[in-house]
Amino acid sequence: MTVTENSPTLSENEVKFEELLAMGAKIEPRDWMPDDYRKTLIRQIGQHAHSEIIGMQPEGNWITRAPSLKRKAILMSKVQDEAGHGLYLYSAAETLGADRTDMLEKLNNGKMKYSSIFNYPTPCWADMGAIGWLVDGAAICNQVPLCRTSYGPYARAMVRICKEESFHQRQGYEIMLTLSNGSAKQKQMAQDALNRWWWPAIMMFGPRDDQSPNSELSLKWKIKLFSNDELRQKFVDIAVPQANILGLTIPDKDLSWNEKTGHYTYGEPDWEEFFEVIRGNGPCNKERVSNRREAHENGQWVRDAAIAYAKKHAEAALSKAA
Amino acid sequence: MSTPLAPTKNDLYAYTLRQADNSMVLCQRLCQWAARGPELEEDIGLTNIGLDLIGQARSLYQYSASLFDRPVDENDLAFLRDPHEWSNLLLVEQPNGDFADTIARQYCYDAWHLPFLEQLTASNDTTLAAIAAKSVKEARYHVRHSSMWVKRLGDGTEVSHRRMQDAITAVWPFIAEMFIADELDQRMLEIDVGVDLRALQSAWESQVSALLANATLSKPIDVKAIVGGRQGQHTEHLDDLLLEMQALPRSMPNHQW
Ligand SMILES: [Fe+2]
Ligand SMILES: [Fe+2]
Ligand SMILES: [Fe+2]
Repeated sequence: MTVTENSPTLSENEVKFEELLAMGAKIEPRDWMPDDYRKTLIRQIGQHAHSEIIGMQPEGNWITRAPSLKRKAILMSKVQDEAGHGLYLYSAAETLGADRTDMLEKLNNGKMKYSSIFNYPTPCWADMGAIGWLVDGAAICNQVPLCRTSYGPYARAMVRICKEESFHQRQGYEIMLTLSNGSAKQKQMAQDALNRWWWPAIMMFGPRDDQSPNSELSLKWKIKLFSNDELRQKFVDIAVPQANILGLTIPDKDLSWNEKTGHYTYGEPDWEEFFEVIRGNGPCNKERVSNRREAHENGQWVRDAAIAYAKKHAEAALSKAA
Repeated sequence: MSTPLAPTKNDLYAYTLRQADNSMVLCQRLCQWAARGPELEEDIGLTNIGLDLIGQARSLYQYSASLFDRPVDENDLAFLRDPHEWSNLLLVEQPNGDFADTIARQYCYDAWHLPFLEQLTASNDTTLAAIAAKSVKEARYHVRHSSMWVKRLGDGTEVSHRRMQDAITAVWPFIAEMFIADELDQRMLEIDVGVDLRALQSAWESQVSALLANATLSKPIDVKAIVGGRQGQHTEHLDDLLLEMQALPRSMPNHQW
């Protein structure tokens, strides 16, 4: 973008952009957009793509150890879906002028972030249930509104992604249901997993509205359609009855039904921990990034070979044609 | 016309199990690549192959289970048998190594598996024939995918060429086993239920030789064959593979998951 703050056409562009937003029309790659709108989107879509890719690891860990053939097949396709989500999202970011290789580079060297939720460990099979139920569940609450976000390619990618995320959520919940109805030991596994994943899932919606610096502008630009706290409330209202069906206890002593508001009241998460994990001090931050970097570095010679081969054969085809 | 001889239940069970074990073990190897592929597209590509293989394994285990003399299910067969009870080819249990090793193993197997399945579609056993008919379409994609990578790596860079050549050399001792028929194979062939393994060899060799030449790779010569998988004599790699795969259901038997 070469449009500068003082460009005489700026206000005209800006007016048109605001009009499109007000009409609820989509902003498309060819449309003019403010630099900060573009930057915000690249950051958000890039982070989202990275989250899908890093998110392959905690569950990828269990593919080789899934306890039944059916569960193994389901988990394989889930992790494969997440790779696909990463691809759609990198493509959406590329329509804004970003570059996938460059974004992956930034992920590998810690210059771009991904969702903190994937920095928690998965020591137990029940974690596959809790992740699907709560983490994919929270992702759906966050992402369904994004199907109507103002940037066209992002909105369209989200439509496809949300469909698959809801499969993941159901399959995760089904694992929890099977464990909860199983032996005492299995039920304990499920409860442990819920205990470990509940608060991290609550924190997936980001800081409280009064402490969320990026939110206001994103709401104005219709990149975001609901505030962090609105989305969090929606998630809690859905998850509590689901936990009741499982016969499991949500680890929040302040959790109660509020007759007046028609919503559940919930306790305050440990935000200090949240910011620590964002700062890179979560249980698995280093492992996740170093695994990613290792896969990238180990694959370098393969990618180089594919490029060299394509080049050789394109040249051969050219000289044949000549 | 005389009615064809039927195999004994035991023979059919053991024969089906062999094919199931091949698909299962190779699938498990591909699962070990999860989130470690050289690029995202290949994470997806390897998982596609893995998903086909687990689908085949499940159909075959379910059929085997129905032929067993005690009530068992697909999971019992996959998770509760010891290494010496597995009858897969040694080739498929070989470790992933680097991406070239994985591709060499995959291509050599795919180039065998496809014509194997094509023959099996004509089996007198209608269940095996039906499973084969479904799997043939999948195997066609697998061989296309793995042969494309053999070409890219063989004829890519100096580094990839060396790695691909090393990988081909490393899998070569496990090739001969694919074409050796034991007594069970022989019995199943005689009643038109099983596949003529020896008949697959010359087509495999000419196809693979052509691809290797195209990929500027050379075919290993004078290699001593290592065999024994069908008889349950495995390399130590199968122990490790099964130890990981079976750990949870074995530590908590008789549970639903
Ligand atoms: Fe997601
Ligand atoms: Fe996803
Ligand atoms: Fe998901």
